[in-house]
Amino acid sequence: MNASSDQILLALDDLRVDFHTPTGIVNAVRGLSFTLGRERLGIVGESGSGKSMTSRAILDLIPHPGVVTAKRMEFRGQDLTAMDKGSRRKLRGRHISMVMQDPKFSLNPVQTVGDQIAEAYRVHHKASAREAKERSLAMLEAVQIREPARVYGLYPHEVSGGMGQRVMIAMMLIAEPDILIADEPTSALDVTVQLQILKILDDLVTSRGMGLIFISHDLHLVKSFCDRVIVMYGGKAMETLPASELDRAQHPYTRGLLGCLPDLDHPRDKLATLTRDPAWLA
Amino acid sequence: MTDQTATSAGWHSWLTTTSPESRRQARLGQLYRQWLAFRKNPAAMVGLLIVLALLLLAAFAPLVAPHDPLAQALDQRLLAPSARNWFGTDALGRDIFSRIVYGTRVTLVIVMLVVITVGPLGLLIGCAAGYFGGWVDTVLMRITDVFLAFPRLVLALAFVAALGPGLENAVIAIAFTAWPPYARVARAETMLIRNADYISAMRLQGASQLRIVLKHVVPMCVPSLIVRTTYDMAGIIIIAAGLGFLGLGAQPPIPEWGAMISTGREQIFDQWWVATFPGLAICVVALGFNLLGDGLRDVLDAR
Amino acid sequence: MASITASTPSAPPRAKSRALRWGRILGRELTTVAITIFGLLLVTFLIARVMPIDPVLAMVGDRAPADVYDKARLELGLDKPLWEQFAIYVGKVFRGDLGTSVLTAQKVTDDIKTVFPATLELATLGTLIGVVLGVPLGILAAVNQGRWIDQVARVIGLVGYSIPVFWLGLMGLLLFYAKLGWVAGPGRLSIAYQDFVTPVTGLVMLDAAMQGEWEAVVDAFWHLILPASVLGLLSVAYISRMTRSFMITELQQQYVVAARVKGLSEWRVVCGHALRNAFVPLVTVIALSYMHLLEGSVLTETIFAWPGLGRYLTNALLNADMNAVLGGTLVVGAVFIGVNLFSDILGRLADPRAR
Repeated sequence: MNASSDQILLALDDLRVDFHTPTGIVNAVRGLSFTLGRERLGIVGESGSGKSMTSRAILDLIPHPGVVTAKRMEFRGQDLTAMDKGSRRKLRGRHISMVMQDPKFSLNPVQTVGDQIAEAYRVHHKASAREAKERSLAMLEAVQIREPARVYGLYPHEVSGGMGQRVMIAMMLIAEPDILIADEPTSALDVTVQLQILKILDDLVTSRGMGLIFISHDLHLVKSFCDRVIVMYGGKAMETLPASELDRAQHPYTRGLLGCLPDLDHPRDKLATLTRDPAWLA
Repeated sequence: MTDQTATSAGWHSWLTTTSPESRRQARLGQLYRQWLAFRKNPAAMVGLLIVLALLLLAAFAPLVAPHDPLAQALDQRLLAPSARNWFGTDALGRDIFSRIVYGTRVTLVIVMLVVITVGPLGLLIGCAAGYFGGWVDTVLMRITDVFLAFPRLVLALAFVAALGPGLENAVIAIAFTAWPPYARVARAETMLIRNADYISAMRLQGASQLRIVLKHVVPMCVPSLIVRTTYDMAGIIIIAAGLGFLGLGAQPPIPEWGAMISTGREQIFDQWWVATFPGLAICVVALGFNLLGDGLRDVLDAR
Repeated sequence: MASITASTPSAPPRAKSRALRWGRILGRELTTVAITIFGLLLVTFLIARVMPIDPVLAMVGDRAPADVYDKARLELGLDKPLWEQFAIYVGKVFRGDLGTSVLTAQKVTDDIKTVFPATLELATLGTLIGVVLGVPLGILAAVNQGRWIDQVARVIGLVGYSIPVFWLGLMGLLLFYAKLGWVAGPGRLSIAYQDFVTPVTGLVMLDAAMQGEWEAVVDAFWHLILPASVLGLLSVAYISRMTRSFMITELQQQYVVAARVKGLSEWRVVCGHALRNAFVPLVTVIALSYMHLLEGSVLTETIFAWPGLGRYLTNALLNADMNAVLGGTLVVGAVFIGVNLFSDILGRLADPRAR
């Protein structure tokens, strides 16, 4: 379960993301360090804790006033901080990919879903249109879509949320990346569909031996789905621990988060509210 | 001196307080904050300065203009710009600079007349359509669509042709063709407000329809209408100048800029200044209103 | 977990519902068109009625005896109730009868047929210039939001909105024709070529090319380029501004992030994804711009002695030739409605959600 025992895919040391706004500098991520092997790493935290910014920084997709710095940021031994924009782009999709939150917004509405998947393949592989289409159909099958040929020609508004998210997964995995970031991949979906999507994601990640960074605000989900968990608050890691030991977490913030969750086995009259200590960010 | 800075700091904190004590203080504070935001935008400030300059020129035209705008001097026809006639003279020997200065009055009159007719009309139609919905909306919007489908200038031309040339008729024609976009804006705004919780609350308290529309819906539409109006001023000035240019707007010898360009047309290749300067005046004023409109939109219309 | 229950609507009902939807859309569009045309006719009719000029006097002259006057009045149907007059007017318009022009002593429809191609030529080239320069400028401004190119685009937009066309035309003539001699002067062709080209389509360049008169084609081009550019600048201002705002909206969408995650080049992200989405509202904007230019040609043609609909209209206006004024207004209005309808349908075709 330990990252160092496996092959290390991604290594971050002291990652910082700062936004230089007219009213001052906003620190979105302040000194985050972790390594990722062929495992499922969960990142949990409230909104604004910097978890999404971390994924954008890894992909080199931090928008304009944002600046990314790190003591070390390596993908399979390659120094990402020394790479130019073009090389970072070639890593995207091909080596590091990301499944986003809501397929309703993250699929291009005027392009058929099939074309969008095929496009992701053809950016990175020299392939004919026919070959790319065959690949895409196979990929649609791999995410358990029953009539790939029909779905291939549909537009995003013609597919359901669950199917859209499967299309998204197909699109992001077709170039066979080593790392997949899943940024709240199920939070926009119906509860009944969520489990199906997670199962598909899990199967593909395991069978292809990828590293997964699973970003969520849902503690239960992360506990059951991931191997290791980083708990983030205010752009910093509060604590990193194996998912199985999450219930025995030591840090007051993690304890606080767990305390806010209702539990059917231990009903309480009043749920605790989260307390935050500024000293954690010092 | 120290006394003065102390009071101005007092004003500043009174205006920017986050806990205003009266409705008036809150209102003034909001205006003050908007002004602070506006002041940071240099383009908008340039626009404001141009518009202020226009107002001042119109108010003090007799003091600014070195000559009588109507005085003809046939021995001084078509003189090139000089220290005596800054922008030269026209075919009747009139001082072009003085005519442009007095022309600000004509321009302002046209713009003001159009705006005070069109603003309330558009507001009324738009708010009624948006608030009541249903068939009222359908009928009013159909009429608006019909007018929007018309070529605005051509319709204005046809109107002036029917009513006869002249300043008043030009204003009527422009107003008649200018209201539909205002109705659209007001309607869109009203539709957003109509379903807001605070309007429902008013209804629950038993407020009359008229009261809700006049006291709560209309005021909310005003900022976007002001923005729209400021933008539109440039368009109104240009259309009015176009009518003047065709000889259908203000009649001679009124120093209207479009008509002045028209008189300079024959001499354009030899005495370029006759047509050039009035055109520049139109450009500067239109640009001023456009810059101001841009700046106001950023401040008032955050959406 | 293996069995996934996806709702799969079978194909036939979908095709049927699509046809039904298109039928309804077309029905609604056509109703709008019908109402607008009715409004257009009503307004032109009313304008003719409020006109202070007595149409009978215009016909018989002011020294005609009373019985001639009364007879002419009866012939014009002016004794009938207003609604009946309107019905007669509408009937005539639909039969293609817009009356006779006092100025040219010809049927207004024939007049318009000869002058309209010239205006079409001007407005089309102007819009083309506007699209070719305005769309890329708007895209560049959106991609480089806040940087110098964005400022340049903003200035061009504001200036384009602030310059009266007729003045810009005069200045253009002064600079590029009189001072620099780069372009030809007013008119569509130099006098030397005028007899060479027989009008077939009415588009001079096309006619000359069909007749193999290449020198005339070149001559026509140098006459066309300045007025078209003057109109084009207006169009560039409007189109670049709207393109910028649409592109900024699109570039903030999540699907753009997804396209970047896939590893697409910035060019592909902007032009392949964002622009394809911005294209839908852009169609409407380009159509609107085309209509603005048709209108702008009224003033431009006067400056450039361009024998098009605009100059025909203004001449008619100045001579109180009401049949010609109303006929011209009707035609411009009808073209507006047509362009509107066309752009609506094109916009729907470009957007799979609306199809």
